[in-house]
Amino acid sequence: MVWQIVVWAGDLPPILLPSPWAVAVSAWETRIDLYHGFRVTGAAALAGFLLSILIGTAMAAVMSQSVVLRLAMYPYVILLQTVPIVAIAPLLVIWSGYEFRTVVLVTVIISLFPIVNGVTEGLLAIPQDRLDLFRLYGASRWQTLWRLRIPAAVQYLMVAAKTSAGLAVIGAIVAEFFVGTGGANYSGLGTLITGWQKMGRTAPLMAALCMSTLLGVTMFVSVQLVSRTVLKRWMTQE
Amino acid sequence: MRFGSGPDILRRVACEFRSGEIASLVGPSGCGKTTLLRVLAGLQPVTSGTVDIQPPANATKGEIAFVFQQPNLLPWRSAIDNVMLSLQLSQKQTSRSEARELAARELELMELPEAAFDRYPRQLSGGMKMRVSLARALVTRPSVLLMDEPFAALDDLSRTALGDLLLRRWDERPFTGVLVTHNIAEAALLSHRVFVLRQGQIAEPIIDDLPRPRDEFVKTSAAFGQLYAKISSALRSDILQSQR
Repeated sequence: MVWQIVVWAGDLPPILLPSPWAVAVSAWETRIDLYHGFRVTGAAALAGFLLSILIGTAMAAVMSQSVVLRLAMYPYVILLQTVPIVAIAPLLVIWSGYEFRTVVLVTVIISLFPIVNGVTEGLLAIPQDRLDLFRLYGASRWQTLWRLRIPAAVQYLMVAAKTSAGLAVIGAIVAEFFVGTGGANYSGLGTLITGWQKMGRTAPLMAALCMSTLLGVTMFVSVQLVSRTVLKRWMTQE
Repeated sequence: MRFGSGPDILRRVACEFRSGEIASLVGPSGCGKTTLLRVLAGLQPVTSGTVDIQPPANATKGEIAFVFQQPNLLPWRSAIDNVMLSLQLSQKQTSRSEARELAARELELMELPEAAFDRYPRQLSGGMKMRVSLARALVTRPSVLLMDEPFAALDDLSRTALGDLLLRRWDERPFTGVLVTHNIAEAALLSHRVFVLRQGQIAEPIIDDLPRPRDEFVKTSAAFGQLYAKISSALRSDILQSQR
């Protein structure tokens, strides 16, 4: 509503700010491209997100085992968080090529940190009485990890996953800005955005932006849904 | 026994908990009752001295069990799965179906309704959670049961019911029990002997020779009143000494 009023009142040229109606029409006209882009970017974001959960949980499991391991690995984990993804994406494209796997790689790098950080915290935040119970019965390190630490960390994993899901979409689109420019047969939402931006087609660009947002929301809601259904029993900590 | 470079928590503690008896440890807060219990469980190393358990009992085989002040149940496991946990950890040769059967039997003995077996801790009342916690401790058939104020957080009715249940379980299969409690009536009713812990030191035990079973008749008897007064006065003299 506000958007439409701004367009009317400001008498802005469509290249600067198209009306919502123009964006909707454009979305319909480019629906095949947008649908395809949504699927490609969605697949890359999902693959990167799932990989970051796997890798992040494994790293956290290793880091939870000793202070020495934590101290040794943590600087690299922080590096993942602090490295400017836009700056290293071109380098990753050179190394890995104008491929789907490069997009997934960038997605993993950007979405890994919250998982490692959150799961490590969850694996270590075990009440002393519970640890004592396992110690009393002589539980092995593996038993304590599998039967106590990992189930207790699921709640932390899901909180981290909500952040990572959004980051995964951002990572995929940023990677596509670079991958899509190499002339490869790749057409994700990021590729569409850069292509339409170069052509000055603001309306479809904004439609692609809306699709990106929809993808982010879909990922977030899916994580929420999984945590409230499949993982429900692990989500309550007393 | 001390933590780091701090003062001694327990000093020259020499006491004998007799096999097949329940002993209560009473004393003011911070006197070292829980620390002594943790030392007996092997959860706390001693600065000097030894703990000798005869006949030998091994916690890793489930022969020593510990009941915590809070039920300490794993929230992602159902009641029956929580009971199975101690079997899964200490008696690895027990199959899953066998463990489930033993856990179900233990929960029945703890008078937990069958409908609650598959409920999660958040769906259980405080009394039910403590029944599950006791079942988890007893399912391995321990010869030593250590209890750290297990009924402290319960209402009077649940506390009495669980105390009676504990005595019944002891009658069926006597174990050596050490109960830490602040509740004098509980100590008098559940024990054979009551130890008063004074500033990290342990006094001569008060013999609890009330007749068994400890039913309503015993609870309202003059002998019970006298024992209560004896423990209470031992505790009071300790508190007065510590305040001087």
